Amino acid sequence: MRGNHVVGEAAIRAGCRYYFGYPITPQNEIPEYMSEKLPEAEGGVFIQAESEIASIHMVIGASMAGGRVMTSSSGPGISLKQEGISFLCALELPAVIVNMSRGGPGLGNIAPSQSDYFQATRGGGHGDYRTIVFGPNSCQELADLTYEGFNLADKYRTPVLILGDGMLGQMMEPVELPQEIPLKKLPAKDWALTGAKGRPSRFIRSLILDPIKEEEHNWKLMRKYEKIIREEVKWETYFADDAKMMVIAFGIAARIAKGAIKRLREEGVKVGLLRPITLWPFPFKAIKDFSKKVKHFFVFEMNMGQMVEDVKLGIEGNAEVHFYGRPGGVILTPLEIARVISSQYYQKRLG
Amino acid sequence: MLIKTIFSGFGGQGVIMMGYLLATAGMVEGKNVTCLPSYGAEVRGGTANCTVVVSSEEIASPVASEPEYAVLMNNPSLIRFQNQVQSGGTIFLNSSLIEDRPIRGDLEIYEIPLNDLTKQLPENRGANVIMVGAFIKKSGLVSPETMIRVLKNTFGGKNPAVFKLNKSALMLGYEYLK
Repeated sequence: MRGNHVVGEAAIRAGCRYYFGYPITPQNEIPEYMSEKLPEAEGGVFIQAESEIASIHMVIGASMAGGRVMTSSSGPGISLKQEGISFLCALELPAVIVNMSRGGPGLGNIAPSQSDYFQATRGGGHGDYRTIVFGPNSCQELADLTYEGFNLADKYRTPVLILGDGMLGQMMEPVELPQEIPLKKLPAKDWALTGAKGRPSRFIRSLILDPIKEEEHNWKLMRKYEKIIREEVKWETYFADDAKMMVIAFGIAARIAKGAIKRLREEGVKVGLLRPITLWPFPFKAIKDFSKKVKHFFVFEMNMGQMVEDVKLGIEGNAEVHFYGRPGGVILTPLEIARVISSQYYQKRLG
Repeated sequence: MLIKTIFSGFGGQGVIMMGYLLATAGMVEGKNVTCLPSYGAEVRGGTANCTVVVSSEEIASPVASEPEYAVLMNNPSLIRFQNQVQSGGTIFLNSSLIEDRPIRGDLEIYEIPLNDLTKQLPENRGANVIMVGAFIKKSGLVSPETMIRVLKNTFGGKNPAVFKLNKSALMLGYEYLK
């Protein structure tokens, strides 16, 4: 299945019945899929809104009413949704937001790029907030993480971002789809606005004028974020045990890096890979632990260098960090990246 | 086994469909596959290409540095991809449209005159599937039986006549190369 279609199907199987979006390449296959499947599903609603801003606010509404809801876009569209994402965090509303990112800044182009790492992990919205960010690297992970994204969003009452890229959205791979969850089995939401008949009314709002109360609200959010950091960090390694140089890459760049590492290992070059699966919470501790025995890190991203800052934070000065990036939507081949890694490896006299 | 193939041609020649068919057939035979279409501002007449990896192991990168096979449908594709194919690799080219030939001597080259072959089919269509037939004959990546099944699943649902046409196109290509 095509990556974008996988997202749609996994969402529906996770119980998502509301989709609001506005077209932008390279994610158009998501609304295409949802527009076909949601009207067939029980209680399904698909709306192509008049703008990205309208669509994210429709997400807020559906989420308030207790539904599982999703929107998707690409870089420039996500920029427009940032205000709504900040509101989702403040209102403690679950939602899944997919970004199939493309070359930027500005309108950029429609080629696959990882230029939205900062936007996803730091957020362009206002206020003190965090969002869970997944960086899937295959169609299978797109399915699994989209599905899990809905569960985590409900569990923590917070929006979950899926940061893919144009390549992942367009790529086709075989996928084992997760089991469809019947709507009745979804956890009940004792906070949703469903009509106050026969019960006291509920309030969901983000305007808290009293600074003491706003501070309390902020601490409450922070405790939630700390719990997420403790429990939800995900990462994986490849050939890490005897590595003298660790490559760190996420998403599709990690797939290309993996191809490069496979080549290099055949030549006896001892490189390994660490791939963060959650970009927030970032696997700081895993990287710190590695920096105790590996003294050379090589960060590869399809941007000008964004995640490399988090890697440096994790390493805390314990090891050398080398960065190689190609922005603008250029897709490197494993051979090219293998050459860069190996020249760095031999310059540092590791082999 | 890890075999990478690049399909390339004009938009509208069915290049992405060729990649899709090979990837799906590989999947049906229980192999690992990835299919990475190029996408962009491509329209009919623009260039399109598609990278398919078929493997018995886990596929690391869906991007191919040095593909084993290139299936080229027009001249610009030959210019772009002839030097990427690895030494000892194979090029299938549409000799109805491609006048040049690779200068490299380390490649195996199969010429398939697709435009002439389509004349043997009703409606003068199906050039891409003829090419798929020729490709699976020489590459042996998937069996023709699997490919027929995939054609049936892909085209049979909407219109059985389209499946029939594509099946004869496949066999025409398969039998063209000895």
